[in-house]
Amino acid sequence: MTREALINLFLFLLLPVTAGAAWLLEEPFIITLTTKVAILALAGVGLNIALGLGGLVSLGHAAFFGIGGYAMGILAAHAQSFDPLMEVTFLIEGTKSMPVIWLVAVIAGALAALAIGALSLRTSGVYFIMITLAFGQMLYYFAISWPAYGGEDGLSIYVRNGFPGLNTLDPIQFFSLAFGVLALVLWFAGRLAAAPFGLALSAARQNAERVETVGMSPYRLRLLAFVISGAITALAGALFADLNRFVSPTMLSWQMSGEIMIFVILGGVGRLYGPVAGAALFILLEHILGGLSDFWHVYLGILLLLVVLFARGGMIGSLAGRAVAHD
Amino acid sequence: MTDALLQIKGLNKAFGALVATDDVSLTLEPGEIHALIGPNGAGKSTLIKQIAGGLKPDAGEIRFNGQDITALSTVARARAGLGRTFQISSLAMEYTVLQNAVLGALGHRGTVWRFFAPVMKNADLRAAALTALERVGLADQAGKRTADLSHGQRRLLEVAVALTLHPKVFLMDEPMAGLGASGSKRLTGFLDGLRREAPILLVEHDMDAVFALADRISVLVYGKIIATGTAQEIRAHPEVREAYLGDEVPA
Repeated sequence: MTREALINLFLFLLLPVTAGAAWLLEEPFIITLTTKVAILALAGVGLNIALGLGGLVSLGHAAFFGIGGYAMGILAAHAQSFDPLMEVTFLIEGTKSMPVIWLVAVIAGALAALAIGALSLRTSGVYFIMITLAFGQMLYYFAISWPAYGGEDGLSIYVRNGFPGLNTLDPIQFFSLAFGVLALVLWFAGRLAAAPFGLALSAARQNAERVETVGMSPYRLRLLAFVISGAITALAGALFADLNRFVSPTMLSWQMSGEIMIFVILGGVGRLYGPVAGAALFILLEHILGGLSDFWHVYLGILLLLVVLFARGGMIGSLAGRAVAHD
Repeated sequence: MTDALLQIKGLNKAFGALVATDDVSLTLEPGEIHALIGPNGAGKSTLIKQIAGGLKPDAGEIRFNGQDITALSTVARARAGLGRTFQISSLAMEYTVLQNAVLGALGHRGTVWRFFAPVMKNADLRAAALTALERVGLADQAGKRTADLSHGQRRLLEVAVALTLHPKVFLMDEPMAGLGASGSKRLTGFLDGLRREAPILLVEHDMDAVFALADRISVLVYGKIIATGTAQEIRAHPEVREAYLGDEVPA
């Protein structure tokens, strides 16, 4: 077992052990916090496919996070008001079922990523960062000015959505659900990175010319990576909104994009478990330092600076050393 | 002439006032090595770029295997069977030697849109990659990081990746550069046999290799082909001697 595999195993167990201990000690707040880590890590795993594997610095992933959030908010709001989404031609009703909401979130996130990616990926470097940021901001202002679903105030859902066989209002059960989704997506992301697609995508990040020369289109590889990335981040958004039973334009803000990116950078860009480590550290800092000072972001900034300057592989990179070939 | 695999007709490319490619026409016939020589800045790499894609000519036509490929992308040209190696090694540096070769084999198979099975455990791709590495003598370096290879080894890896593509035509931009005398000799011997698999358009500064290998040589000076002929003809060509070879005629 390599050192990175050991660290990954530790990180994987960290969340359920923490939540389990909190459950035994009857500390529901800690369980909720751990759930938040799992969901934010999931958003980071999504971004990491574009950023880490594909080298696509997207500053617009809040768009997908928010789309997932609003997919949940809109469907659940219609369900709780018994007001169908659409009556003309087809009857589409809202739903309180998580699997359905997730499916809608993933499809909506993927379609949005397809549209945004198809245009943004014609650029690269700083222009790519700016254009993804611009798309994110467009959605943000659209959500603010769209009164049907709460506008600036957002949408509240009174009762958490349901999952067959579970009581999602019980913190430990909802945690298990969120963690299960994270574990499944981590497994998928790991397979993806080692699969032919991952090999080619990562090669396109290292040297696009090389990939073209062997007859594969970097644009198509990146576009699909962006779509998968957006879909996963949207799924995280739906879960996040369900965790808070609330969705607002904040989920679409560029600060949110920045936070998701911070998880990835803190933990280790391109490392499978990087976002898990990053999100855990972020939430930990938020609660330790946030308790000391309202201006805890200063310390986060310093930490981020140190990581970027001295530990390019993030936490996992500093602990596990250079990435080894999956061979 | 009609059965030429690669046929370039009246190619022109200018960067502002600088004419990099001036009405270049040349052909590559099955089974031959056609060397392209010329002083630095003569436009050899610019020409290769236009043939491989990535640089659009201002005028002219590139026909490959009977098909006009002038408007095709680099990717489409590679898929059609153009196997290119770069003057400055262009590899995925974080990858191992084997991974780079597997990438080539993957490109050739066209099976990139697979999302679950580990690519490095694919016996078929590994075998194809290892065969190519063995042929250039890099099999014992398969597990090494590409960034840790010497310059000469990187050139060989370039050739190996091109081999995994089983191209109909090789475009090789200075494959000997940085190889050293014994390495050059070895690769010369290898290319000698390779022409039977696919013809090679060879840009090379190593005159020993060029005169040993080339069935035909074209001399490019200021973007213009001033002469095309056999090694003997080129050696004897007065303009070539003046413009490029100087007084020193290589043995």
